[in-house]
Amino acid sequence: MTVEMPTSLADVVTALAERPGATLLAGGTDLMVEVNEGHRSIGQFGSSDHVIGLTRVPELTSFTVDRSTGTVTLGSGVRWCEIEREPLRSLLPALAQAARTVGSPQIRNAGTVGGNLATCSPAGDGLPVLAATGAVVHLLGPDGARDLAVTDFMTGVKRTAKAPGELITAVTVPLLTGWQGYSKVGVRNAMVIATASACVATDVPSRSVRIALGSVGPTIIRCTEAEGAAERAVDWDTRADPPSITIDGARHCARMAAAASRPIDDHRSTADYRRRAVAVMVERLLLRAFPGEVPR
Amino acid sequence: MSEQYVLHVNGNDHGVRDAWLGESLLYVLRERLGLTAAKGACEQGECGSCSVQVDGVLVCSCLVMAASAVDQAITTVEGLAAPGSPSDVQQAFVDTGAVQCGFCTPGLIIAAHDLLDRDTDPSELTIREELSGNVCRCTGYGRIIEAVQRVAVARRELS
Repeated sequence: MTVEMPTSLADVVTALAERPGATLLAGGTDLMVEVNEGHRSIGQFGSSDHVIGLTRVPELTSFTVDRSTGTVTLGSGVRWCEIEREPLRSLLPALAQAARTVGSPQIRNAGTVGGNLATCSPAGDGLPVLAATGAVVHLLGPDGARDLAVTDFMTGVKRTAKAPGELITAVTVPLLTGWQGYSKVGVRNAMVIATASACVATDVPSRSVRIALGSVGPTIIRCTEAEGAAERAVDWDTRADPPSITIDGARHCARMAAAASRPIDDHRSTADYRRRAVAVMVERLLLRAFPGEVPR
Repeated sequence: MSEQYVLHVNGNDHGVRDAWLGESLLYVLRERLGLTAAKGACEQGECGSCSVQVDGVLVCSCLVMAASAVDQAITTVEGLAAPGSPSDVQQAFVDTGAVQCGFCTPGLIIAAHDLLDRDTDPSELTIREELSGNVCRCTGYGRIIEAVQRVAVARRELS
């Protein structure tokens, strides 16, 4: 077995080209759980026994803000503890809210946005926000670089479009102009894996409402019908800032979002509870985004 | 990297030989280096009893691949204070009765040091959030929070 800790992206690409089956190690908060429990074989049963660590690669652990294109590009190795703090907290408020709900401070000090994408758990806290904001995943492999919409990148339960030999270099998140928020239901407040989660992201200039759900399907679900209904239900022309929605309007859209969810019964909850939780969360988020009848 | 490497723990270099490179830092600290302050319980980052600092960052050592921590400065509770002369946080835990069975205590001690080194006047809510990754099943947390608050006050009076 080998453990390599390259210090440049070029060295990662070289190492990965030599060992395309190598295991990529970012924060370790998912990988090491599997290793500790013996669920992940490294160098056993014929699997590659090479590990390439990504935590010392400056190109992956940094982020850039591009005001001209209105985007923030997060290196895949940017950790949750950085996303929950300034300056990213103000730039990406919903992602910062999601970041603050990831595990514990110890987990947020290690876990990364790229790891969230690569693991692609239906309960990945960052993923509904990335889906709602229309983020783009940047991949780099032996055949060069390619970009995928995050909703195309996530293909199923812990399945992604990432090919062997490819790594996630970064994710670009559009800066929106309007309220955005993340909501999560679990069995307690801290240290919890989502039973159900939701993100509502709005862009007032384009009169756009995006709704994405986590933990209620094989992967993150964008609720396009509920989004359309919300865009029609919002009073964009009111002189109030921000625009407003009625409680009935928000409830109607929330029910549509719940209808778009595809939850299952499992060890964490039931499908019925999750569907109900989606309706409650989306209604609350819409009323926070468009407070008319209730204060934000 | 071959199957031997060196870890820099509490200011000392420790060679690790003939070890499977997939071992967690927790396992290597306890079973190979004999540093048993960090405790092993959940081994999935839920309980915080294995908390250590790596390059000054509080992490769960069960989720660090030990071989990936080469060239980094690892601090365990053994490195916080010399035997017989407890740190201010350790003494406050004793004084307030924040220790019952003691299993979670080393993780809480290093997490409290980590917090107080960043925040000299944490609110109770901040303390609760910052220590939310350290699970204690005995105390109900009241005395742990009191211990952290006592240290914060004492350090501010000293400065």
